[in-house]
Amino acid sequence: MNKMTTSSLALLLALAGTNAIAAAPVDVLKDYAATARKENPAFKEFSAQRGEALYQAERTHSKGAKVSCAACHTDNPKNAGQTRAHKQIEPMAPSANPQRLTDAAKIEKWFSRNCQDVLERACSAQEKGDFIAYLLSIK
Amino acid sequence: MTRKILQMAVLIGSVTATGWLLADSHKHGESKSLPQVSNAKWAAECSSCHTLYHPGLLPERSWSKIMSGLDRHFGENAGLDPLAQKEIAEFLVANSADHAQNRRSAKIAQSTPAQSTPLRISETPWFVRKHDEVRNDVWKRPKIGSPANCTACHNGADKGDFAEARIKIPR
Repeated sequence: MNKMTTSSLALLLALAGTNAIAAAPVDVLKDYAATARKENPAFKEFSAQRGEALYQAERTHSKGAKVSCAACHTDNPKNAGQTRAHKQIEPMAPSANPQRLTDAAKIEKWFSRNCQDVLERACSAQEKGDFIAYLLSIK
Repeated sequence: MTRKILQMAVLIGSVTATGWLLADSHKHGESKSLPQVSNAKWAAECSSCHTLYHPGLLPERSWSKIMSGLDRHFGENAGLDPLAQKEIAEFLVANSADHAQNRRSAKIAQSTPAQSTPLRISETPWFVRKHDEVRNDVWKRPKIGSPANCTACHNGADKGDFAEARIKIPR
């Protein structure tokens, strides 16, 4: 086995290792807390209450439609929701869907898409943390 | 007795011939059903929000246009990282209606005028013709919703199975 193959094998194993360990929701929250502190030195902690308000808040999109997180995910994150193309969305609350909040990259991907779709801007780290804190608070 | 044997021979003969013909048409890629295709990124990314649409349902120019505007994808932001976007776009183009070797794809490609680039499968003349008997109120049934929801009636749509015999329209 030449050096190149050995090092690529080692890299592969390392990648497989990181993929195998799913991030716990609490770890994701820690990362968002660190970013939130950078974005706003006055930041103290995440609030499930603020997260719930964000989740339920309805606003009028610049294109005229009423939009909110709850519009697709239903007003109870333990319920399955539905996309605009009529595909089922698995529940958002980890208490109803243990797969939720276990993949940091996936969480970021959906915040970046859906904050844009609903709020027409990116979400702050504090908003993301509040949102996750709300989902985790649902028993 | 001889007649029975003869009948049997004709029966076996025709069954075998049908098998041969089917196998032959399949070998030449002219089977009616869409071929099984797979790409992990396509399967994961393109089925989060909607039916996993088979690449053989739209021509190359349609997929190229769709994939170059993912940040405004039918009113939603479906942006991907550049690597995933490139991989999925190449996969869709390689298996698109004008490249796939099956009768259904060929019909879709042929029925779509060269100057039009449909962004929805439901805008292709082939789709319109195939669904002309479906009333508006049927599309709007809660379990269907819209023509985007293929799997509502075509259970195997995610795998490219649109066989007439397996259609079940929910009430």
